[in-house]
Amino acid sequence: MPPSPDADAAALPAAGARLAVAASMSVPASSASKRKLGVVFWIAVAWICLVVVMAVFAGLLPIDGPDNLSYLSKLGSSFSHPFGTDELGRDLFSRVIFGSRVSLEVGFGSIFLGLVAGGFAGLIAGYMRGIFDAVTSAVANVILSFPALLLLITVAAFWGRAWWKITLIIAIIATAPLFYVVRSSTISFAGRDFVLAARTMGASRWRIVTREILPNVMPAAISFGLIGVAIAIVAEGTLSFLGLSVAAPTPSWGNIIAEGQSSTAASDPWIWIWPTLIMFMTLLALNIAGDRLQRFFDVREGRL
Amino acid sequence: MSLLHKAGRLAFPDVEAPGAPPLLEVDDLHTSFRTPLGLVRAVDGVSFTLQRGRTMGLVGESGSGKTVLSRSIMGLLPRANLERSGRVLFSGHDITAMRPRELRQVWGAHIAMVFQDPMTALNPVVRIGRQITEHLRLHLSMSRSEARETAIALLNSVGIPEPRARLRSYPFQLSGGMRQRVMIAIALACGPKLLLADEPTTGLDVTIQAQILDLLAAQQAERYMAMILVTHDLGVVAGRADDVVVMYAGKIVEMGPTNALFSDVKMPYTEALLASIPRLTDPVHTRLSAIEGRPPDLVSPPHGCRFAPRCRYVQARCTEEEPPLVEGDTPGHLFACWFPVGSITTRGPRPTTAAQSGPSS
Amino acid sequence: MTVSDPATAPQSAATAAPRPGPGGIAAAPLPPGLFHDGAVLTVEHLVVEFPAPRGRRVHAVSDVSFDVRDGETLGLVGESGCGKSTTGRAIIRVDRPTSGRVVFDGTELTALGPEALRRARTRIQLIFQDPISSLNPRRRVRDIVAEPLAIWQRGTPAEREQRVRDAITAVGLDYDAAADRRPHEFSGGQCQRISIARALMLDPKVVICDEPVSALDVSVQAQILNLLEDMKARYGLTLLFIAHDLAVVRNISDRVAVMYLGRLCELGPSDDVYARPAHPYTVALLASIPEPDPAAARNVTPIAGDIPSPIDPPSGCRFRTRCPFAQQRCTDEVPPLTAIGPERFVACHFPLATSGPRSSAGSAGSSPEPAPPIQVDTPPTAP
Repeated sequence: MPPSPDADAAALPAAGARLAVAASMSVPASSASKRKLGVVFWIAVAWICLVVVMAVFAGLLPIDGPDNLSYLSKLGSSFSHPFGTDELGRDLFSRVIFGSRVSLEVGFGSIFLGLVAGGFAGLIAGYMRGIFDAVTSAVANVILSFPALLLLITVAAFWGRAWWKITLIIAIIATAPLFYVVRSSTISFAGRDFVLAARTMGASRWRIVTREILPNVMPAAISFGLIGVAIAIVAEGTLSFLGLSVAAPTPSWGNIIAEGQSSTAASDPWIWIWPTLIMFMTLLALNIAGDRLQRFFDVREGRL
Repeated sequence: MSLLHKAGRLAFPDVEAPGAPPLLEVDDLHTSFRTPLGLVRAVDGVSFTLQRGRTMGLVGESGSGKTVLSRSIMGLLPRANLERSGRVLFSGHDITAMRPRELRQVWGAHIAMVFQDPMTALNPVVRIGRQITEHLRLHLSMSRSEARETAIALLNSVGIPEPRARLRSYPFQLSGGMRQRVMIAIALACGPKLLLADEPTTGLDVTIQAQILDLLAAQQAERYMAMILVTHDLGVVAGRADDVVVMYAGKIVEMGPTNALFSDVKMPYTEALLASIPRLTDPVHTRLSAIEGRPPDLVSPPHGCRFAPRCRYVQARCTEEEPPLVEGDTPGHLFACWFPVGSITTRGPRPTTAAQSGPSS
Repeated sequence: MTVSDPATAPQSAATAAPRPGPGGIAAAPLPPGLFHDGAVLTVEHLVVEFPAPRGRRVHAVSDVSFDVRDGETLGLVGESGCGKSTTGRAIIRVDRPTSGRVVFDGTELTALGPEALRRARTRIQLIFQDPISSLNPRRRVRDIVAEPLAIWQRGTPAEREQRVRDAITAVGLDYDAAADRRPHEFSGGQCQRISIARALMLDPKVVICDEPVSALDVSVQAQILNLLEDMKARYGLTLLFIAHDLAVVRNISDRVAVMYLGRLCELGPSDDVYARPAHPYTVALLASIPEPDPAAARNVTPIAGDIPSPIDPPSGCRFRTRCPFAQQRCTDEVPPLTAIGPERFVACHFPLATSGPRSSAGSAGSSPEPAPPIQVDTPPTAP
């Protein structure tokens, strides 16, 4: 590690009016602005953005409807059908894009809800500690103790398969780990002197939590959340694969893959390879983005 | 330079023998780190020799390169992103050219190190006893019981009460001062010829610091070791070192026998550093003369003398030519300055900032 | 201020021998002259204890009393675990005092409710040891320094910006270059300057400096010490300067209070205490300082032993386990704070000689034992 020059650029101030403001603010050149997230991070982010934009504007894209049965079944890749067609003659490219809607809605939606609920509880618990912390931590422990996938399958089977129900269930399960991440990060920042300084200046608890702690906790929560989105997409995909997510005509990554693996389609692997590949790329991009972001902020913290 | 291999082990000639190389010779050592911002020249052309039984105080502020220099001497620097040249000769062997296997033979047995933070330097989950005996059994091939008895004797010699019981302690069960004593016992275990103490008392209380410094001095005299005391505290070296080396921005700016150096400071940086320390003998509210500005950027250090931008005696020549490290009137007292303290009558006026004229309420 | 009755002060305290207990500490009477009229901050019988594992208690601060006069700098010095930082934090009730009173400018801080305390705290500000940890890494310097004004909604945005500009300039930084940067872009010394600017925004009366230069390099330390002196003169501040470095404390303090393991050992004008220390601990502390001068003879061997744990402090005088002069009485009785000269107070049964005439309130005279043999150039003054 290069030595960190710790010195003072400031000239000596004189008392009273004779302030010698000769201070040359030669800030150390190795500032955070020089630190880069790296090209891999931006490729990952670009991929996520592409997938999201395609999903949002799927209806406006010059592609067939996902339920359009007008083609021959099991066509290979071609210019008009980049991914080919499935065994019912539906355009696979279109199905993968429309299918991403469910995956992304569930993935981002559940983690967003989990982050709001778990993050809020984690902030309060980490800063206030005491009885609130004890109760919320106990609840989070209980949630973590359930085998998540079994819980998902059971609840989905009995409660229903609407996408918002799946989202809600995953959100509740995701609340616990997000709560712990935010809580532990809050505890470490709450012990810093700048929080104490704010207290002694008369800042209210709300102000301390929102102005001093939240901005410091956010990066960790968001980078962890991105990885959470990937996990949630896998969970939805698994449910979907098992036929426990959105009902049959509506495509989702999971059920496209499941259809592709059905016995009649076994001879045409691209039917499941294409959606799997797109899903894999998206998950990889989310994980890379979360991981790089985490490291980026860790390094900046490390400098402190 | 002859590397004497005996059955795969390095052999070290008796440095006391006539004609033998000095215990430690650092020859034009450069250590630089490649960073995204450029080459950081942490140590930039450092040379000195250290004889057995001597204590050298290595003084500098943070960023002066003193820690990188001490790590370079140990051969402890990571090889990635490192550029170095020059030699570090320990009893004639070049440390910088050693393979890891050879370095491991040198560490502990010949050169030992005492770190600033004993809590992180000691393994927290291993009992004190095993941390000491491990070295003895590895380097000196002692039996288990021999090593144990030696460890007890070592703990006793570094002033740890009830050494037999302490062998079973974990580091967290000891106070900071006791942990540093254990570190010293581990460092001394294999009878090293050179002890590198890197800020050994920085985290300790002042009464404990005095105990540890006394302990180091006593052990050093008893074992006739050489010691390098790395510190930012001129007070620590003034009382404890035979020779002092002052570093600034990766270079030695002044070195010499302690008494000669302190009684006749030549380099303006050393003078300024001494002047910025509050003294017990000064009256209350004495205005301290701080060094203005900041140490230079080690990626692109200033032309000429590196201290010139902050020097109160700076002349045109200082920014043009780099002053060499030369010997003054006193033998062994070297300094790198074109206009050493007291040499020129045309001394620049003392700084006009608050350093002199400020209020002292 | 409550000044205890001079007649009863030392003797009765010596026999009472208050011992710390879970319910607090039986307060020893205070010597006359300890408190001054018009003191801006008075700390009286302050006790701070923290819960420790297995039902035990950390005796962080045990019966500490002193005051700080308007415009002076009081240095609070001692080694780790002596309670100096806890004392500073207990004054503004960041650490809650277990018992005792803190009176600031006529207001008893220890009796205030949350809202009143919030208001009172604006006039006592804290500067921390770690300059980087004390600034929020995600906020810009202008927001950090303006935060106190924003909390209290003082002034218009334009007025606030002007005040922030003035403060940042006053601490020796270039406002235009610094305002939009974040703390990690600054060196430790510069961060400490920003901290000082922030502490000055609410026009405090008292600034508690908790080891403000310990983390800095020597040359930067001198800059910050000079800056503190400048700010004190410019804004009429009163400083409580907490540090472990005796030379630094001496440089900046008018009076100095020496603490050891939660108790006050010695209190007096800096010059006097450093020239003629009366408590054996002060002597040991002074002897341990490495002076940057090889000619300075170190004839005193450092005191032996470790600092005991504040969970289970020694009975009687807490320094007795390391004191070369300890007697039986030091184990049995807690030495009360006693006047030994004008403005000089020491908590020791057998204080070392001071040059001035011994105060009649000196406790050594009441000692039943003969004076202990003290091998120091000045003989003990037990009549």
